[in-house]
Amino acid sequence: MFARTNTTWTILRISIEERLVYRGDFALGTLMRFLPIVTQVFLWGAVFSAVASAGGGETRIVGYSYHDFIAYFLLTMVSRAFSSMPGLASGIARDIRDGTVKKYLIQPIDMLHFLFLYRVAHKLVYYAVAIGPFALVFFLCRDFFPDEPLDLATLLAYLASLVMAFLLGFFLEATIGMLGFWFLEVSSLLFVYMLFNFFFSGHMFPIDMLPGAWGDLVRMIPLQYLAYFPSAVFLRKVTGPDLAWGLALQLFWVLFFALASRWAFRRGVRRYSGFGG
Amino acid sequence: MSQRPSYLRVFLAFARNSLVRDMTFRANFLIETFSSMSWVFMNLGFYLLIFRYTPMIGAGTGWGKHQFLLFFATTLLINSLVHAFFMRNAHEFSELIRTGTLDFALVKPIDTQFLVSLTRVEWSSLANFAVGLAVLGYSLWKVDYMPGPVQLALYPIYVLCGVAILYSLMISLAASAVWLGRNQTLYNFWFYITNFSRYPMEIYQGTFGDPIRWLFTFLIPVLVAVNVPARLLVRPLDPKSPEDWLLPLFAIVATAGSLAASRWVFNRSLLSYRSASS
Repeated sequence: MFARTNTTWTILRISIEERLVYRGDFALGTLMRFLPIVTQVFLWGAVFSAVASAGGGETRIVGYSYHDFIAYFLLTMVSRAFSSMPGLASGIARDIRDGTVKKYLIQPIDMLHFLFLYRVAHKLVYYAVAIGPFALVFFLCRDFFPDEPLDLATLLAYLASLVMAFLLGFFLEATIGMLGFWFLEVSSLLFVYMLFNFFFSGHMFPIDMLPGAWGDLVRMIPLQYLAYFPSAVFLRKVTGPDLAWGLALQLFWVLFFALASRWAFRRGVRRYSGFGG
Repeated sequence: MSQRPSYLRVFLAFARNSLVRDMTFRANFLIETFSSMSWVFMNLGFYLLIFRYTPMIGAGTGWGKHQFLLFFATTLLINSLVHAFFMRNAHEFSELIRTGTLDFALVKPIDTQFLVSLTRVEWSSLANFAVGLAVLGYSLWKVDYMPGPVQLALYPIYVLCGVAILYSLMISLAASAVWLGRNQTLYNFWFYITNFSRYPMEIYQGTFGDPIRWLFTFLIPVLVAVNVPARLLVRPLDPKSPEDWLLPLFAIVATAGSLAASRWVFNRSLLSYRSASS
């Protein structure tokens, strides 16, 4: 037990130090990630101005006011800061292809456990650096957020949905990466995943906007929990029984992909043959 | 005796070689074509979704659904050309600098910028060019107004100007790898900056919008790249409105300026190149 905690701590510490080596590049990258939001703000500003001039009265699109939209986009940035896992799936697939995965098989360390801690460390450093730019942008945009403060229950639900967004992002991408045991090259699969993620996680627009069958379909797949759901919880677009149900479903998907990645790894290792090294 | 190389023939050889290479890995070529096209269709879906909720982008700007589709088609045409001819090469260029293999380009008896910019032609990106033409045809048929012969003649020229502006920006960013060692962040930077060119310039208004519009029109003219050709098609040419003839005139200046600036940055970067590990 103690040895395992010790290993955990060591991996975490080394990963944090490694991450801090490139902090300059990193802080710059964080700030620039807000640039696409600027375009979104103006695009939706223009859309709302046109809707207002055509309709009159208070303008809302699927229940979102202009302010809600801007707050929504900023909040999806937070969601994605938790759920996005750059390079995780492609890294796993690469390790499988070039044989680096061997080290997890012969060393007394579990691959998923190691990668998980590595991600946690990277995320922790990311939040430590990103909190500056995030705080600045949120402060500048404070008027876009709802006036009444969050009640404790909503706040807890929001935090829970964020943590689960991280877990879901990790296990979902790890599962895709594990497919490398079967396909070796997963880059085109990853592209499709990225494409769907971009549009159907709610990163580009609140998924409430999707009409009919599209809306139903997107609600059924787990991508919405990576960006849309936490933001909608914060903006109180999902409340009461819907909220409880949403959190339960999110938990279900986390467990589903946690098991799936574990299972894919077990099965994959059995297929895998390592040479040389 | 030194002879001036035939740039056209060299370019055709590059294009042919790239095609041969692409056709060697046909499945990969098809996947690349398919994935870049699906990206375009997703974007198209997003714009159609927006127009389910609004008649126009920006009150009174005239960018209705089909006008905006004309704009989108123009974006597609310009971006697919940039991707097909320059994107991969610019990326390679930073790698050449980092690894020191730029030496081999420098010793060849041909202009280095030409060689570095056009070595690989990405044929799969031209599929989006075809999609762009299709969207262009469809929306021209749907809008209630037909552009005149002058506009139709000027349109391809301004599309090429747009390509030149984006190319200049891209090669300058790639060249900066000489000073930075790596330019991963700058590469993202290119993506983020061109993001501003994807919507009509009218949307950038107000206290924050005006400076942004000004910055991306006059300092880094990415807004000019797509807006000028798209406007040519969308509205009737009215020589009386100063905006209608000033902006296209400025686009020519901006293109020349961008190309000159990129040439300067490129040459400066070659002067600072230290040929790593050779």
